[in-house]
Amino acid sequence: MSAQPVPIPHWRRAWLYALVSAVLLFLMMPILIVVPMSFSNSEYLEFPPREWSLRWYASFFDSAEWMASTRISLAAAVLTALIATPLGVAAAYALNAVRLRLTPVLQVILLLPQMVPVILIGIGVFYIYIQLQLVNTLTGIVLAHTLLAIPFVVVTVMSGLRSYDMTQEKVARSLGAPRWKAFMLVTLPQIRLSVISGALFAFITSLDEVVIGLFVAGGENTVLTRRMFQSLRDQIDPTIAAISSLLIILSATILVSVAVVGGGRSRQPAP
Amino acid sequence: MTVDLSVGAAQGRASPAPNRHNARALETDARSERLRILGLSLPSLLLVTVLLLIPVGWLFGLSFVKRGAFSLDHYLRMVEHSSYLAIFQTTFSLSILVTVLCVLLGYPVAYLLAQLPRRWATIGMALVILPFWTSLLVRTYAWLVLLQRTGVINTTLISAGIIDEPLQLVHNYTGTVIGMTHIMLPFLILPLYASIKAIDTDYVRAAANLGASPTQAFLKIFLPLSLPGLIAGALLVFIICLGFYVTPQILGGGRVTTVSMKIQQNIGVYFDWGAGSALGVALLVFVGITFFVAHRLAGIERMFKG
Repeated sequence: MSAQPVPIPHWRRAWLYALVSAVLLFLMMPILIVVPMSFSNSEYLEFPPREWSLRWYASFFDSAEWMASTRISLAAAVLTALIATPLGVAAAYALNAVRLRLTPVLQVILLLPQMVPVILIGIGVFYIYIQLQLVNTLTGIVLAHTLLAIPFVVVTVMSGLRSYDMTQEKVARSLGAPRWKAFMLVTLPQIRLSVISGALFAFITSLDEVVIGLFVAGGENTVLTRRMFQSLRDQIDPTIAAISSLLIILSATILVSVAVVGGGRSRQPAP
Repeated sequence: MTVDLSVGAAQGRASPAPNRHNARALETDARSERLRILGLSLPSLLLVTVLLLIPVGWLFGLSFVKRGAFSLDHYLRMVEHSSYLAIFQTTFSLSILVTVLCVLLGYPVAYLLAQLPRRWATIGMALVILPFWTSLLVRTYAWLVLLQRTGVINTTLISAGIIDEPLQLVHNYTGTVIGMTHIMLPFLILPLYASIKAIDTDYVRAAANLGASPTQAFLKIFLPLSLPGLIAGALLVFIICLGFYVTPQILGGGRVTTVSMKIQQNIGVYFDWGAGSALGVALLVFVGITFFVAHRLAGIERMFKG
């Protein structure tokens, strides 16, 4: 950590500190306001709540519709993480191990889901799902979310592989281990942190996805975000504040897990 | 293959050629091994091909079809109809404004956090990353609540005596800009922070030693060095803004129509695949151009770091 490049007295940069604090406050404001609001006892949202209660949480947990959507969303997110992680790890391993002229092209193709506007992916997936009869099915939702999650897993795992010395795997293979065994026993344990981060990214990508869900995740398989989006367009239902708070807590938990995982990595001595 | 090898082996007894032959055999072997490993990426590539490349290619084809025949109508409409021009204009002005706001608000944050002691920098980064990880829909909803007539912003401003009447902050262009800026800020700050962190501060110190004032040292040395990271971050923000759907839909209250919203309407409501596809192709072309510019100016890898 470098010191200040130019020694300017703190008081002369007071405006900078004030501006940055204001921007950070702006970034945190939705979280700081919505979470307390969700505990309000009032019919409409107020801040600060005059009377505290859990009624909007009860309204969420007691609603069969919200619960059904929550189950679908969680199932889709878990399945997406379970599928996207091995696919992404395999692809990242291949792109890292093989340096052909083809490799960068394949890498760009695998990153496309992150570069193409999601609305275009949404209508494309909708179009092909009509032919394949996958509209409003859990399979369809999971496959589409896996498509979106793969770039995250590939990028995270490739950066993990970059700081890993492949010769260790070569040593294991020269001692007679088949490649897959050498990977499972030598390489995977050392890149596991980036793999876990990738899996968590995949989970949250699926859970938060809205646009593709609007096209292909309706009917009996209406995902949570789609139901939220639809009730947002009608009126401001305080139940959504409760759901939002739960999602914020979930994101924060996952973020802390990733930070702990990543922190563990940075504490290890450099190889 | 076996014949070839045995011939090579037979020749080997007579001349030093086998080395070359063995080397070639090894090379073929290594190449097939490499292709096998590369095959590990096939499942992912297959998914991207089936769910993205083929459908988008198909939509591209559909955009040139009207009532079963080849036609450029869907594209001509975009240029001729003022309503379509207005949609593109809204999308671009919104994207440019949000990008500029993100640069103005984000640069000081990345700049200061990169210089703070580790503990404070970590806290600051946590405040940037937590909203970044919060669902886009949740944040959009939060702004809808905060900005409404009886929302926290209006009631605070009124009780502070700054305004008498509640301001119309949401269900319009203003609300959309506020929400989108909030959502896009981390996309600028995170890569910019990484690139500012990598700047060798000795250059700035050298400039100060040579008599530059802090402002001069910043403008002449630091800013140019941070420019690639800034450009990469800004273009990333711009590209994502071009495709925005959820936030303008909710915070715009029908007064803001972006290209993505029109695409959704064309296909989700009217099932007009040709018109929707043509808009999608146009959007993709603009995104592609921006990616190309980003690649030439800053190197595309920067956009996926941090």
